Amino acid sequence: MSRHTISVTVNGSAEYVDVPSNMTLLQMLREKLALTGTKNGCEAGECGACTVLLDGEPVNACMVLAVEVDGREVTTVEGLAHDGQLDVVQQAFVEEGGVQCGFCTPGMLISAHSLLDRNPHPTEEEIRQALVGNLCRCTGYTRIVRAVQKAARGRV
Amino acid sequence: MLARPGFPSFDYVRADTPAQVVRLLEEHGEAARLLMGGTDLLVRMRDGVIRPRLVVDVKHLPGMDDVVCAAQGDLTAGAAVTMNQLAAHPDVRARYPGLAEAARSVASYQLRNRATLGGNLCNGSPAADTGPAVLVLEGRMILYGNHAPSPVREVPAGEFFLGPGRTALQAGELMVGVRFPPPPAGSVGRYLKLGRNRAGDLAVVGVAVLGFPDDTAPSGYRFRIGLASVSPTVIRAWEAEEVLAEGPPGEATFVRAAEQAMEAARPIDDVRASAAYRAAMVRNLTLRGLRQVWERLCEI
Repeated sequence: MSRHTISVTVNGSAEYVDVPSNMTLLQMLREKLALTGTKNGCEAGECGACTVLLDGEPVNACMVLAVEVDGREVTTVEGLAHDGQLDVVQQAFVEEGGVQCGFCTPGMLISAHSLLDRNPHPTEEEIRQALVGNLCRCTGYTRIVRAVQKAARGRV
Repeated sequence: MLARPGFPSFDYVRADTPAQVVRLLEEHGEAARLLMGGTDLLVRMRDGVIRPRLVVDVKHLPGMDDVVCAAQGDLTAGAAVTMNQLAAHPDVRARYPGLAEAARSVASYQLRNRATLGGNLCNGSPAADTGPAVLVLEGRMILYGNHAPSPVREVPAGEFFLGPGRTALQAGELMVGVRFPPPPAGSVGRYLKLGRNRAGDLAVVGVAVLGFPDDTAPSGYRFRIGLASVSPTVIRAWEAEEVLAEGPPGEATFVRAAEQAMEAARPIDDVRASAAYRAAMVRNLTLRGLRQVWERLCEI
């Protein structure tokens, strides 16, 4: 099996990683770079627990081969906070109680962050549509939607 | 929950030219698979349905992720153009709104950043959402292979889908794009999709409707109807289209055409819906699509 040395920017820092061709971006993040905030859920692109930003756009890290991200930029949930300060979306999830077991939360945060970047004032329907690919079995979504609405107000 | 087995071993090659891809396909045959967004390929590999020894990444070939408008009014979308790219592209939205709507109906936002037009079509799934839109727009599949005198041949969408998982792609060929002729003057297009939930699901039924004024039709209008997830392939509902061309346009004709579309469907029972339910929903969605397109046609 082929191996590849890739260069990738993860949360702002340049990394050189040796990966076998059958390793996913998700495995690389968790096992090679110890970034375990990104969760391994369904491994089929359904649940969104592994959502990360690839060149600024959300993708399911379980559905991307690590070798494909050579030369590109990845942001994980660990990259959202800056200087010990939570990102406005993270802060809103805390304040609104948008977290129960927490397994879906990293993916939710990344998807919500991406939504607010491209649409700073989403309607409730737009929020729900944007989070279709992030499944939560605990909250019933109400508090998550409220948190995203609060974050949108906070970003103004 | 049981962990999935993970991927078997394979080699990965990022291809730079279509000729290189053809060489690799000829050399490795069935053992080689082409990768674009991977949203179907990687799932099937992980489930052990297919076990390629070589994965050839073709999404970086020149032009594969470009949407290009030609002077004569054609629009060509590279095979690796993603669903989100299609759904957001100003020319696709303005001139082929039914295609943009179909692209936007696929799965989730994250998946649409990876899922590609070419992948959706080349998998030959009867449930491919872009299939009916490409059929009613009479797109032409651009296939690259070891042919003479030109390495490129075009196959009309209507001749491309042969059966579940089967297309006109031959061994050693790859799709590099889809060429859309200019939309008919004054046309209105829509894609209506029914899933088990309101978003993110595969289609139980998908219906593309394109309507436009045409003096050569007795009714003064022509409509094209494409159906997904109700036959072994995506299909056109030709008899329904004839009913609509005869006219007169209006509710009674639309009801008869919707019945004809239901007759054209050959649905099966599966995990998502029964055949009987699918047939009834073909009628309902076709009728709804015709009403909506007609309303817009009357406004123009």
